[in-house]
Amino acid sequence: MSLKHWSVWVLALWILAAIVASLVDFQPNQIHLDLILAKPSFRHLFGFDDLGRDILPRLLAGAQVSLLVVALVTSITASVGIMLGLVSGYYGGWVDRTLMQMTDVFLAFPGILLAIAFAAVLGAGLSNLILALCITSWVGYARLTRAQVLSLRQRQHVMAAESLGASTPRIMLKHMLPLLAAPLLVEATYSMAGLVIAEASLSFLGLGIQAPNASWGAMLREGVRYMLIAPHHVLAVGLSLMSLVLAVNVLGDRLRDYLDVHG
Amino acid sequence: MMKRLLGIVPVVFGVVLLTFLLVHAVPGDPVEVMIGESASSADRMQLRADLGLDQPIYMQFWDYLNKLAHGDLGVSIHSKKPIVDLLAERLPATAKLALLALSFAILIGLPLGIIAALKVNQWPDKLANLFSLSISAMPHFWMGPMLMMVFALWLGLLPVSGMESDAAIVLPALTLGFGLAAILTRMTRASMLEVLHEDFIRTARAKGLTERAVILRHALRAALLPIVTVLGLQLGSLLAGTVITETIFSWDGIGRLLVESIEKRDYPVTQACVLVVALLYVTVNLATDIIYTKIDPRVRFAS
Repeated sequence: MSLKHWSVWVLALWILAAIVASLVDFQPNQIHLDLILAKPSFRHLFGFDDLGRDILPRLLAGAQVSLLVVALVTSITASVGIMLGLVSGYYGGWVDRTLMQMTDVFLAFPGILLAIAFAAVLGAGLSNLILALCITSWVGYARLTRAQVLSLRQRQHVMAAESLGASTPRIMLKHMLPLLAAPLLVEATYSMAGLVIAEASLSFLGLGIQAPNASWGAMLREGVRYMLIAPHHVLAVGLSLMSLVLAVNVLGDRLRDYLDVHG
Repeated sequence: MMKRLLGIVPVVFGVVLLTFLLVHAVPGDPVEVMIGESASSADRMQLRADLGLDQPIYMQFWDYLNKLAHGDLGVSIHSKKPIVDLLAERLPATAKLALLALSFAILIGLPLGIIAALKVNQWPDKLANLFSLSISAMPHFWMGPMLMMVFALWLGLLPVSGMESDAAIVLPALTLGFGLAAILTRMTRASMLEVLHEDFIRTARAKGLTERAVILRHALRAALLPIVTVLGLQLGSLLAGTVITETIFSWDGIGRLLVESIEKRDYPVTQACVLVVALLYVTVNLATDIIYTKIDPRVRFAS
């Protein structure tokens, strides 16, 4: 089995785990005082954390949070970004200049700095975390869509549709969007890997979902504190996170090669 | 170049506007959130006036711009010190950390990328690919503790955290540097592969130059230009990475100042940190652009 297939299986496994965890209550917040920082065993594969909570169900709950955030933020920002990019690229002129100026401003904030700032002032919590990530994540989609639309406008089938009197929304959605699907799909995949890390980073800083509920970032922070006496905690969370991000990234590479998207 | 310089004016204005609006995104009353329920109403009035929140919003923005132009970033609610002083205290530590991280990234990424390109599809290439793939799946808050666990706790070679000894900078710098090294490896490999097929490389070989001279003097020099651009852009992620890395390693730089201000709800400080890091990033990108046009004869003569 090659590395490529491995990525799909790992991703499928995490999605399945998240779905199962949302259907079945594994009691991720249940405390066992006699099992504080207990090492992994056959019955409890990943051991217990500093409050005596089983790490495995918490990992599943964390996966659920992580994938929920990724799914929500991606669908919202992709829709908004694509729409803005279509309008910007198609109409050009001052609309385009204003929108691109706006994206330049957002891109001037490195990495997740702006998301950290927004999450901080909005206040901790899952919905604010999602809001903060939405505010900052639409830019990539808008830029990519706009750049593609600029070249698509010169295509003959688009000009033909224009001269036949097709409405602008119809040209955008029926004649342009399908041709944008491949590069956007690749962009979305890489952006999802980034969102997994972003969600965990914000939770690590205490800005995401609040205790006692589990998220990978918050679990990592707790795990780091007891790293010396109970390395299994931080290792379990870190490796989970790494496996998910790696899987999504490899899937992105694979999609890019398969769909023959450049840049 | 003048055009490029003027081009950043609206960006800088937008950055200032967005950071200004940040405090206004606080749900409810920012004064309430910042000093809490227990504060007296006089204290509240005072803070409201200090922050200018009793003014209409356009006046507040004008005031903010005006103060900014005079190098005044306001006063910390928590320590009552001018924020400019706080930043000046912390900036050198972050700069030191970022520069060392950058050096680590270049020392690791550049040779690895070159070797990968020379041995394309052979085991050194595959190893380099594995390195960059797995590193890019390791965020700083996972890489940092891992390095800490191995080098500080198990091997006892380096200090765990803090800033007391000179060696304390190594682990945070490595944490930041590895991520950049992964990107650099991939970029160098791609860029070298492109250049190695060029005619001038064949000419250089045909002249009878040693392989070493062909690679280092001819190929690398041409391949370096796109790498410099990427490096400039990636310095941003390095700066953003300092927020978490400095927190993990108790490194007293701007990133940690930002996190501390968030914890204390000292929003004027949060605002100032974000603004300064963004402006630094814009400046670095501008500098990269200018350096790029200066060192690449192709770009220089084209414009």
